[in-house]
Amino acid sequence: MLAYIIRRLLYAIPILVGVNLITFVLFFVVNSPDDVARMHLGMKHVTPDAVEKWKVEHGYDQPLLYNRDAPGVEQLTDTIFFEKSVKLFAFEFGSSDAGRNIGEDISQRMWPSLAIALPTLLLGLLVHISFAMLLAFFRGSYLDLSGVILSVVLMSISGLFYIIAGQFLFSKVLHLVPISGYEPGWQAWRFVLLPVVIGVISALGSSGRWYRTIFLEEIGRDYVRTARAKGLPELKLLFTHVLKNAMVPILTGIVVVLPLLFMGSLIMESFFGIPGLGSYTIEAIQKQDFAIVRAMVFLGSVLYILGLLLTDLSYTLVDPRIRLS
Amino acid sequence: MIKPVLLWTDALVFLLVFIVVAFGFYARRYEHLRAPWREVVRGRIAVASLVVLTFYTVTGLLDSLHYRKALPMQDGQVEVQYAGDVVSVLDGLLGGIATQAEKTYSAPFATTLFTRETVVDENGVQQRIFPRLKYGGAHLKDPLRERAADIAGRSLMAFVQALLFMLALFVLLALLLGRHWNSTVLTTAKRLWHGESGVPWRTFMITVSLLVFLVLLIANLAPVWHVFGTDKVGKDVLYETIKSIRTGLVIGTLTTLIMLPFAVLLGMMAGYFRGWVDDVIQYLYTTLNSIPGVLLIAASVLMMQVYMDTHPELFETMAERADLRLLFLCLILGITSWTGLCRLLRGETLKLRELDYVQAANAFGVSRSVIMVRHLLPNLMHIVLISVVIDFSGLVLAEAVLSYVGVGVDPTTLSWGNMINSARLEMAREPMVWWSLLAAFSFMFTLVLAANLFSDAVRDAFDPRMRR
Repeated sequence: MLAYIIRRLLYAIPILVGVNLITFVLFFVVNSPDDVARMHLGMKHVTPDAVEKWKVEHGYDQPLLYNRDAPGVEQLTDTIFFEKSVKLFAFEFGSSDAGRNIGEDISQRMWPSLAIALPTLLLGLLVHISFAMLLAFFRGSYLDLSGVILSVVLMSISGLFYIIAGQFLFSKVLHLVPISGYEPGWQAWRFVLLPVVIGVISALGSSGRWYRTIFLEEIGRDYVRTARAKGLPELKLLFTHVLKNAMVPILTGIVVVLPLLFMGSLIMESFFGIPGLGSYTIEAIQKQDFAIVRAMVFLGSVLYILGLLLTDLSYTLVDPRIRLS
Repeated sequence: MIKPVLLWTDALVFLLVFIVVAFGFYARRYEHLRAPWREVVRGRIAVASLVVLTFYTVTGLLDSLHYRKALPMQDGQVEVQYAGDVVSVLDGLLGGIATQAEKTYSAPFATTLFTRETVVDENGVQQRIFPRLKYGGAHLKDPLRERAADIAGRSLMAFVQALLFMLALFVLLALLLGRHWNSTVLTTAKRLWHGESGVPWRTFMITVSLLVFLVLLIANLAPVWHVFGTDKVGKDVLYETIKSIRTGLVIGTLTTLIMLPFAVLLGMMAGYFRGWVDDVIQYLYTTLNSIPGVLLIAASVLMMQVYMDTHPELFETMAERADLRLLFLCLILGITSWTGLCRLLRGETLKLRELDYVQAANAFGVSRSVIMVRHLLPNLMHIVLISVVIDFSGLVLAEAVLSYVGVGVDPTTLSWGNMINSARLEMAREPMVWWSLLAAFSFMFTLVLAANLFSDAVRDAFDPRMRR
């Protein structure tokens, strides 16, 4: 088991190197630092001096890959590639183009993200599974049919609509919760409530439908028929046998997103003014702060790869038939 | 005099249409290709959604025929000069509402602006009033009394026209199908009326008539009313949302068109050759896949934006620039979305290559490329088709989100995402400006719902696992 984990971690290295190269090419080769500096300073009337000054201030004044003028090892380390890309491996994100420490920002802002994402996930699981179970229990009936139709309709509505409609209805008309904002500590629940509810509802269509398919697949299996033939009541059958076995694909599908919960949701956080990593990223994109976007791309990939590893491990935990080799 | 303009996305859209039509003709000849499609069009929901999709597609295609109008000849001018702005055939068909702009917001079917303005009347007294609109309901003398009657009259007119259309369609269908079924027109009509046909022609007829009614409604009302109100700069919202159809369709289809060759080729190669080719391709898609999608798209679009800003000399007109940006967005979305299909195809190829007929071809000495094209590709096509139709609705929805994030289409391109984005800023207004949101969301919803329902039907018909 330990050997497997270590080997998987080693596999992750070339992938992260690849991610790093992609971001490097995107951010420094497609557009030279000069272009970026010029864009930040405004396109017109930019003197070469101003460009130079901006590059020095933000640490873009070195050569890209190979520094001819530096002595010894520094020929390779005194470059943009080393400073901006290689150092990401040590989780040294450096400072943003606006001059703030990115690492510190991230460690502060991931908690509000988690405060939204985790309840959304848990409540979502509960609601979506109950919904799917209900449809599976009444399979083939009009309730099932209308449930499936409802799912397709819910799936076809833009995620933006749920947020806008939710804010309008619950905050503006009914004044139940504040429209946006955040407060650390337990007072946060007032601000967290609406995003969580909206998050659960907006995913109800796709998740509910998917879970229903899983349940129905499980219901069609032989062991279920046997259990039913032995006289097990339908409800008990569903909750003890079907649910237990169907949880394997459901849970493993969720494990992969667990680490990514820290990243938060771009849209949700920016609409509700939650100071999490999602809104951090979106602000960086809108202000064209490339240092932050670069850091988030790397962080996201690390978390995703971690999620994949956890998924494989969780398979062995829930399904003893699978052995890792 | 007009001068046709072929934008990049236009060319690709028509290439796509050509491919689809060519495949249609090809598939007609082979029973095994025709059978699943026949199953698709036997479903009532599938037919209804197909009709809706066709209406959207036709609108999008009309909007893809671009041209520049000739400017009026000046004295002594020899060469014809063309206007700088590129318009489409759809603009021409829509006529007035493309250009009839008010000053600022106005509600649907309003006759006055949404905001008060200080006006000096003939006696020299300043007043804060809601001024009359320049175009919306301008033909009425006393809008408060006449408005309801006018709208009702025009709607009734559209209804009558639609009924006539439906009757004509019914008779036409009865004539055509009667010949096909070898029955008299009367019995055919009866069977149609009771919905007794393999292909649900009655559903087809009702859906078409309903959509034609909506089109006629617009045709009757739009010239004198702003059906969905106007936006901040006074442009007609209905016009904007109709123009957005093309953007949504382009993103939903061209993205797939661009990524398909990569996904199919790489997926097949990985599965068939195995060994180091497989390793390299797997590495490639795992790496791309491990970057969260939105972030990769955002990073690429940001970089493209900087590139376009620093190289303004590459684009002749604003339309060209916006168009290239749309194309690049499709490209970027394609690069980030081919991995899923590639993985599926790899897995399927791994299974197929061990089958007897492929082994036999191998033993006969058929070359690898021929095996791939002749024996593997046709057996992968159902996966490709299913994933194409499933991806479509997701891409249409993604456009709105990306435009909201600020990494979507060009701000000058009319799209649902841009409409929602600009309307969102007016949420705080009291009373709320809701009509652009309503228009954008309902048009998007209809398209995505139709696409989802249709893709379900296609999946059921093509997925061998679904067959009983």
